[in-house]
Amino acid sequence: MKKNVLFLQGNEACVEAALYAGLDFFAGYPITPSTEVAELLSYRLPRKGGKFIQMEDELSSMCAIIGASLTGKKTMTATSGPGFSLMQEALGFGVMTETPCVVLNVQRGGPSTGLPTSGSQGDIMQARWGTHGEHAIIALTASNNQDVFAMTVEAFNLSETFRSPVVLLLDEVVGHTREKLILPEPGEINVVERLKTSVPEGTDYHPYLPREDGRLPMSDFGHVHRYNVTGLAHDMWGFPSTNPEVVYELMRHLVDKIQGHTHEISMTKEFHVDEAEILLVSYGASARTALHVVEDRRQRGEKLGLLELQTLWPFPDEIVKKRCAAVECVIVVEMNMGQILHEVKRVSDNPEKVFLANRIDGSFIAPADILNILRIIQGKGA
Amino acid sequence: MERRRIIFSGSGGQGVITAAIIFAEAAVLYEGLNAVQSQSYGPEARGGASRSDVIISDTDIRFPKVIQPNILVCLTQEAYDTFSGLLRPGGLLITDNHYVRQGGKVDAKQVGLDMYSSVMEAIGRPIVFNICMLGAFVELTQLVKKESIMKVLKTRIPSGTLELNRQALELGVRLAKEFKQ
Repeated sequence: MKKNVLFLQGNEACVEAALYAGLDFFAGYPITPSTEVAELLSYRLPRKGGKFIQMEDELSSMCAIIGASLTGKKTMTATSGPGFSLMQEALGFGVMTETPCVVLNVQRGGPSTGLPTSGSQGDIMQARWGTHGEHAIIALTASNNQDVFAMTVEAFNLSETFRSPVVLLLDEVVGHTREKLILPEPGEINVVERLKTSVPEGTDYHPYLPREDGRLPMSDFGHVHRYNVTGLAHDMWGFPSTNPEVVYELMRHLVDKIQGHTHEISMTKEFHVDEAEILLVSYGASARTALHVVEDRRQRGEKLGLLELQTLWPFPDEIVKKRCAAVECVIVVEMNMGQILHEVKRVSDNPEKVFLANRIDGSFIAPADILNILRIIQGKGA
Repeated sequence: MERRRIIFSGSGGQGVITAAIIFAEAAVLYEGLNAVQSQSYGPEARGGASRSDVIISDTDIRFPKVIQPNILVCLTQEAYDTFSGLLRPGGLLITDNHYVRQGGKVDAKQVGLDMYSSVMEAIGRPIVFNICMLGAFVELTQLVKKESIMKVLKTRIPSGTLELNRQALELGVRLAKEFKQ
């Protein structure tokens, strides 16, 4: 059968993937450079029986997708940095109440309203620690349309599997660049459906009592079981508790359910890493420039490789550590002042051999920005 | 094929970005090629010099922006003044004679065509100026077939204006053929 080939923006590829993954409900407040996601879903989603709501702001958008998710729906919102800031409080509520949902942040230059139409990767740490309190989070990214599709589906899958909000961190360049997407057929990519409780009506259901494998089957809120949902520390019934033992178990569960499954969640792509002497580590749009440099330099016989990160949180410590150990030096390529650089230094056995090639002025990082650093490292002068 | 890096430039409202999208989509959907298209957003896209970058290749395209184009299309003087210095030596420079006065300093194959005035004379609707440019562009570059452009137009524009666009496309092809002779 002829493949369904489309030519579209990264934001549009994300919408195709969200619908493929079974999105039922979107609430959002459109913002550049993520606007196309809300625009497209506003007419695509109702046509498949879903709900689209344009909310009054990002706080309410985040709250709405949490509420809708609890009733059994697959939900997402889309925003950029300024909106992502406003969502942080409710993102924490999603973490604490263990509510599956996908939060797309198409990054632009910040802080504040910053550079609305320019690419940036300045929200990496905000995705990790933007909401307060000790917690774990899952954050994914992608560098091209085919991967945007795959990672968007994966974001929904992981949110269901781990009962957690998943942050999808794209950027203006990936979101707005038009290129090919080969639309996967139904069934070609695995879609995870929600794990629902088998506890029958009339029998006690404990919404926050993990099974032995750590998973928590859900019951559609407002359906057959009555239970409590709160942002306060809570017991297995969902009612507030300050009992240190209960709180300790809850905190361990919230963090371990994600950190303890880092190997399952870690997704990376490797290009020419086995023979590499110099390793580039990059992600999102920056990884396109990094790969361009790797392929270009390899034609000249230079031994460069690329490790592209698709999972940013939990950080894929083991993979990065192993790859860093096998090379002479590492260059982290990103559009910020070193947010992933510090993670790579943290896991590397030779942090003094980890360098940064970056761009923070709104211009898309160019091959020359990496080559300049490469020349200095190779002793060829600045 | 050899990779081609192209910048379409003009002023906001001339349809250069639309033309770039149509061209890139034709390459991907009907010619089996890879193409990546991006554009300038924000204030510069509303008046002033607006640009859209397209890279076309039969292999994977990583870096999505154009730094030095092989082919440059300029539909206004401001776009010409802003972008002509970027062109790779020996590249192709396509301009409209009504809007652009080409300087002689650019190391390029310079093609100035009467696209705007011919559109106004033969069709009378400036809205298809960009499609006329696309006709000349595909004839001069031979990167995609004009039939592929028509296939995209059929899916992208209201059927009532399809004939208008077809005329504009053919007009552009003819102008380019005449130039080549």
